[in-house]
Amino acid sequence: MSEDSNPLYQKRIQIYPRSVKGRFRNLKTGLLALAYAVYFLLPWLRWERPNAPDQAVLYDLPGRHFYIFNLTIQVQDLFWLAGMLMIAAILLFFVTGLAGRVWCGYFCFQTLWTDLYMMIEHWVQGERPARMRLDKAPWNREKLIKKGMTYGLWLLAAFWTGLSFTLYWADAPTLVVDMLLGRAPHAAYFTTLFLTATTFVMAGLAREQVCTYMCPYARFQSAMFDHDTLIISYDERRGEGTQSRTKLGKGLKTRDERQTQGVGDCIDCGYCVQVCPVGIDIRNGLQYQCISCALCIDACDTIMDNLQWPRGLIRYTSEKALNGKKTQLLKPKTIGYGVILTAATAALIWSVVTRAPYNGTVEQIRQPLYTQLSDGGIRNSYEIKLNNKLTAPMTVGIRIEDLPGATLDMDGMERVVLEPQERLKLLARVQIPPVDAKDPESSGEHEKDEKDRNRRRTVTFIIEALEGITAKPIRQEVPFYVPDSD
Amino acid sequence: MSDNTLNTQQQSGAVQTTGHAWDSDLQEYNNPLPRWWLWCFYGTAIFSVLYWFFYPSWPVGNSWIKGFGTVSYTITDKATGKAQERESRWNTRALLLEDLGDAANDPQRKAMLAKVQTASYDQIIKDPKMMAFVRSVGKGLFGDNCAACHGSGGGGVAGLYPNLTDDDWLWGGGMDKIQETLVNGRKGFMPAFGAVLKPEQLDDVAEYVLTLSDEAKSSEASERGKAIFQGQVGGCYYCHGADAKGVQSQGAANLTDKIWAIANVPAQKTLQDKKAVLTAFITNGVNNTRIMPAWKDRLSPTDIKLLAVYVHQLGGAK
Repeated sequence: MSEDSNPLYQKRIQIYPRSVKGRFRNLKTGLLALAYAVYFLLPWLRWERPNAPDQAVLYDLPGRHFYIFNLTIQVQDLFWLAGMLMIAAILLFFVTGLAGRVWCGYFCFQTLWTDLYMMIEHWVQGERPARMRLDKAPWNREKLIKKGMTYGLWLLAAFWTGLSFTLYWADAPTLVVDMLLGRAPHAAYFTTLFLTATTFVMAGLAREQVCTYMCPYARFQSAMFDHDTLIISYDERRGEGTQSRTKLGKGLKTRDERQTQGVGDCIDCGYCVQVCPVGIDIRNGLQYQCISCALCIDACDTIMDNLQWPRGLIRYTSEKALNGKKTQLLKPKTIGYGVILTAATAALIWSVVTRAPYNGTVEQIRQPLYTQLSDGGIRNSYEIKLNNKLTAPMTVGIRIEDLPGATLDMDGMERVVLEPQERLKLLARVQIPPVDAKDPESSGEHEKDEKDRNRRRTVTFIIEALEGITAKPIRQEVPFYVPDSD
Repeated sequence: MSDNTLNTQQQSGAVQTTGHAWDSDLQEYNNPLPRWWLWCFYGTAIFSVLYWFFYPSWPVGNSWIKGFGTVSYTITDKATGKAQERESRWNTRALLLEDLGDAANDPQRKAMLAKVQTASYDQIIKDPKMMAFVRSVGKGLFGDNCAACHGSGGGGVAGLYPNLTDDDWLWGGGMDKIQETLVNGRKGFMPAFGAVLKPEQLDDVAEYVLTLSDEAKSSEASERGKAIFQGQVGGCYYCHGADAKGVQSQGAANLTDKIWAIANVPAQKTLQDKKAVLTAFITNGVNNTRIMPAWKDRLSPTDIKLLAVYVHQLGGAK
């Protein structure tokens, strides 16, 4: 073999998938419609909130708030996002181990948008042979119109996709008007145009190249497969028989005729290959390019139905089932992922449901650690950070406990009204009367501990929501320092 | 087989190799890369060259390629308060200044600053939002201008620079008084009594002063000291007052409280040591050692106002 016959770089061969009808095609079309309805319409859904934006789903980055229906996510709750991502990852492991590349075949946006673009292509240019003919034809009026119309519609779909994404990050009606009048932020135009460009290139031009060469998930999902995982497979035993597959020919028209001659049920019509969006032949076995879209099942079932032969020459099955064994669904791996998935989901839901309507933290000001006052008293200062998480005003009261003789001085701000979603930093001073003289005789090995205990005392701050809001008060113990006795 | 099947690997059913062989049987698999991938790689190489010309890049001798990129930002002159538009070559420092000007919360900051500028001291100190603003801006101003002497938290340095966090104010702790101190500065002075009083008299005065804050018990010596303090011999009462509580217009210290700004009395264990440090102090007085500079020419009136409130709340805001 020489390098000429085996080039290091491969020219891409255009794929012209044929359309197909069937139950999986219907399922995919249904999921596509559902996903698009959510994605394209959700930014326009209004949701009445007092003192906050009225958009049902809004990721307000400048305001540092994410609004999702009745849930408002603050910056410090963003770890929920990490939880979501973990759950998504475990869910992917769980589903892939059980049913193969379901995500790729039915839900991935690359699959969905490629599907949409192929539908447009099919609608304008016609079926597979017509498209192939058009591509080979010289540039004439018809080709110009058909190609121009396809690209135009693709561009429109890409632009709407990019715009819809942008609308999640600002008030949708205002942003659309602002963009039309040219006064929207640069980021809005950039995001829209960037996503328009990537959608057009990925769904219109790159297509299966994304899954085959770019997508890391496509590659590592096969690592989650085992012998019980559902895969889309050609039943080689039935299709090939003992003599291999053969087209319908003289004396090979019925199953009985074929079986007596040792010929399999596959009539080599090539329909399963023609409908494949990634351009593979499923009859060659499991391949990394296969996104498990199940369209070849629909194709083969159509042919089998026409021949009035049983369906399922290409079907969802497992390696074990193909070898005549029983598929085991409850594997330790599946159970393990299931348990982790349930635990992680429960933890996230618990965290969201039990979220506090406000939070407050107390931090000692350590420079200086303490202040000696003119009457001999000792003062420590603290910074209190309050955050109202509600979209309504809230009254917060602050008091102290657990330090004998101590008084709290906040210049009358022991009780403050926080505006909706307001964050506020307050200064608190705690003062105790003159400290008694320490016992100078304390000595021995405990001397250092004794000294530390004398210097460091504690005070507990209690921050509570008042006036109608019921929430657990926040108690925080912080150090209170007195001068060294030496 | 259909013409839609692309992969030559599948057609042949065998794995492609590059044709290279080592040790006569070791072969290298060939998984051809898509051609467009190669073009993308060339694209990134070309992009990196364009990048050099836009951003600062290669070192050349003692300098470097500066790049065509520029950043424009607005800077406010501290003395005149005028905003100036400036443009500089691309650098991260200018980028930071640009970001600060463009920051989403900048309008809020400017509105708050305007509010604080027009509000009275009493209004500021009662408003939680304004106080939060003053504390965050004041901390920066204090750190830049005051912390060198008074310490980052205002704790001062015993004997040298006053502690601003306690409730003892030599020149007055009201915000108007602090503003006065900031604008014109202060100069602390106490005569050196070593030239006026005899050593035993100094000793007696020291003992008397210690009784004022319960550091010593009343004695014959302290009574003699009292006569010197309150009489014409020492004349201490001129500045410190007959009740020894100090006079803020003179910057004279209150001698009856527990705070010792200069002579470190509380740190001494015996009466003898306490008297020694105090006597040494009275002997030498304060001359050209306690000087607060005037800030009227260095800080804007707004900055001084912000600092006055900030320093006031450090000391307990009473």
